[in-house]
Amino acid sequence: MDVKQRIGVVLLVFCALLVHPVVRAEEAVSITVGSKGFTESVILGEMLRHLARQTGIEAHHQRQLGGTRVLWNALLSGEIDAYPEYTGTLLQEILVNENLQTEIELKQALTRRGLRMTPPLGFNNTYAIGMKAELAERLNLRTISDLKNHPELVLGFSNEFMDRADGWPGLQQGYQLPQHNVRGLDHDLAYRGIESGTLHVTDLYATDAEIDYYKLLALEDDLNYFPVYNAVILYRADVEQRAPEVAAMFNRLAGRINAPTMSRMNAQVKLNGEPESAVAAGFLKQALNLDVDYQIQTAWERFWQHTGEHLVLVGISLTAAIIFAVPLGILAARREHLGPIVLGVAGILQTIPSLALFVFMIPLLGIGGPPAIMALFLYSLLPIIRNTYAGLKDIPPAIVESAQALGLPSRARLYIVELPLATRAILAGIKTSAVINVGTAALSALIGAGGYGQPILTGIRLDDIGLILQGAIPAAVLALLVQGLFELIERGLLPKGLRIQTSGIKGPSL
Amino acid sequence: MLILSQVSKRYGDVLALAPTDLQVPGGETLVLIGPSGCGKSTLLRLIAGLIQPGSGSITFEETRLSSENILQIRQQMGYVIQEGGLFPHLTVHDNVTVMARYLRRDVGWIDCRLNELAQLVRLPEEMMNRFPAELSGGQRQRVSLMRALMLDPDLLLLDEPLGALDPMIRFQLQKELKAIFAQLGKTVVMVTHDIAEAAFFGHTLVLMRDGRIVQTGPFKELAQTPAEPFVEEFITAQREPMAQLVEALKWT
Ligand SMILES: Nc1ncnc2c1ncn2[C@@H]1O[C@H](COP(=O)(O)OP(=O)(O)OP(=O)(O)O)[C@@H](O)[C@H]1O
Ligand SMILES: [Mg+2]
Repeated sequence: MDVKQRIGVVLLVFCALLVHPVVRAEEAVSITVGSKGFTESVILGEMLRHLARQTGIEAHHQRQLGGTRVLWNALLSGEIDAYPEYTGTLLQEILVNENLQTEIELKQALTRRGLRMTPPLGFNNTYAIGMKAELAERLNLRTISDLKNHPELVLGFSNEFMDRADGWPGLQQGYQLPQHNVRGLDHDLAYRGIESGTLHVTDLYATDAEIDYYKLLALEDDLNYFPVYNAVILYRADVEQRAPEVAAMFNRLAGRINAPTMSRMNAQVKLNGEPESAVAAGFLKQALNLDVDYQIQTAWERFWQHTGEHLVLVGISLTAAIIFAVPLGILAARREHLGPIVLGVAGILQTIPSLALFVFMIPLLGIGGPPAIMALFLYSLLPIIRNTYAGLKDIPPAIVESAQALGLPSRARLYIVELPLATRAILAGIKTSAVINVGTAALSALIGAGGYGQPILTGIRLDDIGLILQGAIPAAVLALLVQGLFELIERGLLPKGLRIQTSGIKGPSL
Repeated sequence: MLILSQVSKRYGDVLALAPTDLQVPGGETLVLIGPSGCGKSTLLRLIAGLIQPGSGSITFEETRLSSENILQIRQQMGYVIQEGGLFPHLTVHDNVTVMARYLRRDVGWIDCRLNELAQLVRLPEEMMNRFPAELSGGQRQRVSLMRALMLDPDLLLLDEPLGALDPMIRFQLQKELKAIFAQLGKTVVMVTHDIAEAAFFGHTLVLMRDGRIVQTGPFKELAQTPAEPFVEEFITAQREPMAQLVEALKWT
C-alpha cells in the first residue's frame, strides 16, 4: 500500500517539476521570440531579439523550432511572444479552413486569437520551382508547365512542401505534372542532390542564398499557382501591454527588407558562415541606424552550453525513468495480471517514432525542456521495465521457494533476495536506456530544448559538416561515457557472490 | 503433530497428489519414498504452504494452515529444498542467519547458534564467509541444513537433503542427522529415493506412486507384508545392485 503512495508522491513531484518552468514568473518582463528551421527565419528571429533588447527588456530566441505548427501553437499558448511568418502560410495553411481573402480579414482572424501582425517586411518569399540553369536550357524549359513534357525528371522537395496542401500535391494537380519519381527530403540536402545530379527539380524559396551560388533557374509560375508569401512578424497582442516599446520596434521593420537584401543576408550566413546574430545586427545598423551590442559565443562557450543542456535533459529524464521503471518492472513481475499491461503500454510507447513523441508533447507541455524531458522519460522506460521484469522472473524457482520457506514476507524477499539477484539485469536495462536517451536527446533541439542537437540542426541548415560533428561527436562520446559509468556502477553494486559465479563460468563479458 | 486430511493437488491435467490423509506424531521421523514424479516434493511443498491444496486441510500443532498464519508458522518449520536453494549473493554466514537477522534476534545469540550448527554439521569455521559458488555440493547441502535448523524449528521438511553427497560423507551424515533428530526431538518429514536411507531414518515409511500413497508403515512391514506387488518391486529394485555386488565379490 505505501509503495503505491510513495509512487504517487514521486509522480506528483515529477509532474510539478515538469510544469513548473511553464508557469513562468510574471514579474520580470521578458520577451521570447521563435524562429523556424531555416536560415532566413533564424536571422529574422535574431533581429527581433536585438530589437527587443534595444528597449532594455530581456529577450530570448528559441532558434529553429521544428515546423510551422510548433511555432504557431507556441505563440498561441504564450510560450513565445513573436516569430517571423509568411502571409501565404497563414492563409493557405494555418488558417486555411477560414477561407480568408484579404489582408484585412487575415488581421481580424488574428485579432480574434489575441495576435497581431506587422505590415509586410518588404519581400515576398514565395515558393519557386527551380533546377540547374544549364539543364533547363538543354531541355528548353522555362515555365513550370514545360515540366509536363519531361516525366523522366527526378523531383525532390522539402518535407514540408511534400506534405502541405499548397505544396506538391496542389502543384501536381494544378499543372497536371506526370512525374512519379518524387522524394521528400531536407531542403538543404536537396541542393546537394541538385548539384550532384541525382535530383533535377526542387522547391526553392525566392530569397534562397543558393539560387545564385548553385546557378539555378526558378521556373516561371505561369499559372500563378503559388500564393504570395509576404514576410511579416506575428506577435501576441499582450506584448502591446507588457512591452509596448517592443511592439513598436517590431513594426519598425515594416517595408525595410526587400528580397535582394534578404537574399544577401541569407548568403552571408549560409555561404560566408557569418553568425546570424552579426548579420542581423549589421542590417539593423544600416537600415534603422540602431547600435546593437551583441555577443557571439565562442565555440567553447557553445560547447559547454550544449553539454550543460544535454546533461540536464538526460539526467532528469533518465533519473525519473529509473525511479518509475524499476517499481513498474517489479509490479509487472509480481502481479501476474498487471505484467502484460505494463509491458504492453511501455512497448507501445517505444514504437512511437521518437520525433513524433517529441511533437506529441508540445500541446501538453509546450516547447523547450519540459516536453523534451517528458518524451525522453517515456522513451527510457521500456528497457528498464523489461529488464527488471526479466531479471526478477529469471531467478531460479528454487531460490524464490527457499526465501518463501524461510518465512520472509513478500517485501523482505524482494529486498533481501530478489532485487540483489536481479541487479545485473536491471543495470543492463538502465545502461541501454541511458545510451538510447543520450542519442535521442539530440532531437530535443527541434522543440527548443537545446543540447547537442542544436549544432547538428544548424550544421544541416548551413550545410556545415564541421558544425554537425560538433554535436555528433560529443553526443557519441557522452554515450560511451555513460556506458562506462554504468559499468563502473555495476562493478560496485553487483553482489560479490554473483561475480564469483560468472568468473568461474567465463561467459562473454558485457 | 502434523495432520493432513484429504489434501490433494492438481496441476492442469496432472493429479500431482490424490486426496491424501497423513499424520506425523511429534518427535517422529516420517520418510517419503517413491519413484521420481510420484508427488513427494509436492506433498512437502503443501506442508510448507508454498502451494495451496486443491482440497483438504493441513493442521500443524492444532493450527490450521492458512494464508494469514503461514509466515508465522514457517518460522517453526525448517525446509531444505531439493536443489539446496542457497542465495548465491549471500555468504554462508548470511544465508544461514538471514531470517534471524530479519527478525532482529540478538546478535550474540545468532553467533552462538551459528557456531553450534556449524559444529553439528561439521562445517569448518573458515567457510562462513564463503559464497555458495565457492562450496562443494555436499558443503552446500550442509549449509542448507544449518539454515533450516537456525531458528530451532519444531518441524523439519527435508527434500533429499543428502542427495548430492558422496557415499562416505553421506553415511557419516546419516548417522549424525539421526542423532540430531533424536537429540533435538524434532518432527521430521524427509524425502529420499534410497530405500536403505529410508529404513535407516524412518519410524514410518510412506511409499508413494503416481500421486497416491501405496503403503504406510515401518520398513519391516513394507518388506514383509507388501500391500501391492509394486511395493515388493520397489524394494527389490533397490536391493538388486547390492545383490549384484555381493555376487561379484563371490566370483573374485
Ligand atoms: N509447478 C508444476 N506445474 C505442473 N506440474 C507439476 C509442477 N510441479 C510438479 N508437477 C508435476 O507433479 C508431479 C509430482 O511432482 P513432484 O515434484 O512432487 O515429484 P517428486 O516425487 O518430488 O519427484 P522427484 O523424486 O523427481 O523429485 C510430477 O508429475 C510433476 O511433473
Ligand atoms: Mg522432488
